[in-house]
Amino acid sequence: MQYETVIGLEVHVQLSTESKLFSGSATTFGAEPNTQANIFDLALPGTLPVLNEKAVAMAVKFGLAIGAEIGKRSVFDRKNYFYPDLPKGYQVSQLDFPTVGKGSLTISLEDGSEKVIGVTRAHMEEDAGKSLHEDYQGMTGIDLNRAGTPLLEIVSEPDLRSAKEAVAYLKKLHSIIRYLDISDAIMAQGSMRCDANVSIRPVGQEEFGTRTEIKNINSFKFVEKAINYEVQRQKDVLEDGGRIVQETRLYDADKDETRSMRSKEVANDYRYFPEPDLLPIVIDDAYIEAIRATLPELPDRRAARFVSDYGLSEYDAGVLVATREMADYFETTATLSGDAKLAANWVSQDLQALLNKHSWELSDSPIQAERLATLIQRIKDNTISGKIAKTVFEAMLDDSNDVDSIIEAKGLKQVTDSGALESLVDQVIADNPDQVQQYRDGKVQVIGFLVGQCMQLSKGKANPAQVNEILRSKLS
Amino acid sequence: MIEKTVAELSAALAAGETTSVALTQAYLDQIAAHNEVLNAYITVCADSAIAQARAADEARAAGSSAPLLGIPIAHKDLFCTAGVKTTSGSKILHNFISPYDATVVERLQAAGAVMLGKTNMDEFAMGSSNESSYYGVARNPWNLDRVPGGSSGGSAAAVAADLCAMATGTDTGGSIRQPAAFCGITGLKPSYGRVSRWGMIAYASSLDQAGPLCKTAEDAAILLNVMAGVDEKDSTSIALPPEDFTATLNNSLKGLRIGLPKQHFTSGLNPAIESAVRNAVAELEKLGAEVKEINLPNSDLAISAYYVIAPAEASANLSRFDGVRYGYRCENPVDLEDMYKRSRSEGFGEEVKRRIMIGTYALSAGFYDAYYRKAQKIRRLVKEDYARAFEDVDVIIGPTTPSPAFALNSMKDSVTMYLEDIYTIALNLAGLPGMSVPAGFVDGLPIGMQLVAKDYAEATLLNVAHQFQQVTNWHKKKPVLTTSEKTTEA
Repeated sequence: MQYETVIGLEVHVQLSTESKLFSGSATTFGAEPNTQANIFDLALPGTLPVLNEKAVAMAVKFGLAIGAEIGKRSVFDRKNYFYPDLPKGYQVSQLDFPTVGKGSLTISLEDGSEKVIGVTRAHMEEDAGKSLHEDYQGMTGIDLNRAGTPLLEIVSEPDLRSAKEAVAYLKKLHSIIRYLDISDAIMAQGSMRCDANVSIRPVGQEEFGTRTEIKNINSFKFVEKAINYEVQRQKDVLEDGGRIVQETRLYDADKDETRSMRSKEVANDYRYFPEPDLLPIVIDDAYIEAIRATLPELPDRRAARFVSDYGLSEYDAGVLVATREMADYFETTATLSGDAKLAANWVSQDLQALLNKHSWELSDSPIQAERLATLIQRIKDNTISGKIAKTVFEAMLDDSNDVDSIIEAKGLKQVTDSGALESLVDQVIADNPDQVQQYRDGKVQVIGFLVGQCMQLSKGKANPAQVNEILRSKLS
Repeated sequence: MIEKTVAELSAALAAGETTSVALTQAYLDQIAAHNEVLNAYITVCADSAIAQARAADEARAAGSSAPLLGIPIAHKDLFCTAGVKTTSGSKILHNFISPYDATVVERLQAAGAVMLGKTNMDEFAMGSSNESSYYGVARNPWNLDRVPGGSSGGSAAAVAADLCAMATGTDTGGSIRQPAAFCGITGLKPSYGRVSRWGMIAYASSLDQAGPLCKTAEDAAILLNVMAGVDEKDSTSIALPPEDFTATLNNSLKGLRIGLPKQHFTSGLNPAIESAVRNAVAELEKLGAEVKEINLPNSDLAISAYYVIAPAEASANLSRFDGVRYGYRCENPVDLEDMYKRSRSEGFGEEVKRRIMIGTYALSAGFYDAYYRKAQKIRRLVKEDYARAFEDVDVIIGPTTPSPAFALNSMKDSVTMYLEDIYTIALNLAGLPGMSVPAGFVDGLPIGMQLVAKDYAEATLLNVAHQFQQVTNWHKKKPVLTTSEKTTEA
């Protein structure tokens, strides 16, 4: 039987506020255990929450970026359950009145078409601490540094139809969040986390199949793998005549499989009720407009501008706007070099390859946009050839001197002196009598070989166009 | 000296008739003589009290003259006090030493008050008799076989027996007013949001409010001046224009409109209390007040709504007492679940466990609408009743309790006990300020008159109560303490 996959994602994003959602403790990642937990985070008796308004501003910013309704009156609720890394015995979240309501975002599919994915809601809540099960001689350590860090939980509609679409959605979400600069959104560090609700149904059936929720997915790659595994598992169950059990499953990246969590942990009644220690958040239009005014140009709009202003292809534009940093880098390079097309090629190919090779972030690259722009200018003004430019680019990695000094010092300047080029060409003609004869016999494509010989002899520095011209005139 | 009011002590200290050290020592002596029987204090801080008193005397010598400077106070044991054990009357916090001060404690300390110790209370403020305290019952100074009321029973007994000059308490359903009535003192529950809840161990967050227990309305005004005020650490505290509550104490009551809710003068009320309250109202009429009967039609629903909302909030508020980070942890837990179950089963008392279960049940899937949501609707109705009544009257007056202090161990079931709060509970649901002032005696026991005013109209309450106390002497009556007899008998 043919099945259709239905996926909805719940994405938790740690908002990058300096302090926690309800306390003044710092939120820096990786600090010594329990050094960022104050009396409120430890849930000492008598302590009370005070809302961090910066988190609200970030949530609203996100809502506006996905065209969502902003809750004019959002309410925090207590979600009750016992766990050692949840010090109060309840998590403060938003149930019925989230700060961000219905919105949507657009993803590009592999065939180049676009698809709008609905976002049901995004609500604010506090993160839990961490239970450390290793290195404590059979006991469990509790680290409350993370407890109370603000999270935005972004819930999608069940609009995704494949693991690839899910990844595209997640990447788009990631890109928007990075553009807004409201979270580091680093999956490996847990500042962006993804749970996937997955079900399958026979093609043509309207009713959804029973879904499972996959937790513990901590990279884009694993999102795809975990969903694909789960879809196959569900197919196998159905084809064996079985039924899908609604449950929570953990993804095990080492074994590349999902496993059922104990049903006991699933059957929680969280007994939500409005948090009496906090007032509802009341948001007026003036506040919304003030936040709207701070919105940066978002990836879709920026890509469209790159196409219209710089004449890039939609594909190149899409690649370059994937992160705000990359788009900024490209735009600086394009402007300073005066050649957007060359800049696009260099940024999306050579620079990207460099970053991939070293697993660098853009900010780690020793080649800043200004330097790359100079390099491109030197190609344009014929100081160097495009090929030599690759050598210069390599040299720029270890040499922080300016581009012109590097070209000078390494003697890579293109030879355009016609006297020098003529003797070079004479030499090649003398050394390759057979090819010269072939050319003269009418096999004109041999000119390519001869130009290549000239370039080799000049160690790439000869101006190929000039060489070509001189060769042709000498052989005619 | 120890029987004097805060206002009188303040004047005596200012006049140099006594010192804070002498005064503090006198209260410590009184505590030493009577606390063993009254059990009003869970913790007495003799050394730090004397040190604070000495500092107060030095400050005065250096020119300070704040009204509370050097005056000894007792705090209910649910206000966190840095370096001092804070138990909330529970075994589960038997070893909890707070690293920080509650805002109320901090403000009173900054005003120069000297902390004598921490007073006994019903466990987590759940009770109307002080019998649910893990640290033993506190006794009523007027009759040692009677309860002092609750949950701020220790504070009320301490004030009545001169074991302190003044005390703090908290009121979630009557926990300041009812013990004040039972012990013959003056107690004020401010409007919700008037006093910061930071550092006050929560019972029911949307109902809890701290207030003073004192000998007179004037003392309550002096204390409220210090306790009140918005606090950035408590999001539910309210920014109101600063007020001097002593400034309007002597306003005339001419034209004051008093409402007597007919629902508070019905068959459940002890007739002797009814006539005492009616006599008290007559005194206010003599001062120029006008009296009319009013209607609070949803009064009978208040208790039911309260016993859903308060336990629901408590069930979450008390989840933090899990044996993980502080407080009582059971011996040799075999696993996490065992640790939770036994720490909480062994650490909490019966009444607390009952309310956690009630609250958990009321919030459970499938029951939420029937209980919690419905209770919130009733809460709105009760609030509207009062709002409507206050269109015609300035103050609502009735009995604080249906009967005088009952005998220890006489309440055979919790529901009967819950009905003790029948007149006080609605105010907490509505967030309104209320007061209890001594208004007579029944069977040799003091009884209280409850005054209620609009939101943030504490000044009106204090004005009416003060004027009443200018023409009556009920608040000046003192219990005869029988400690020495008991000691000789033993």
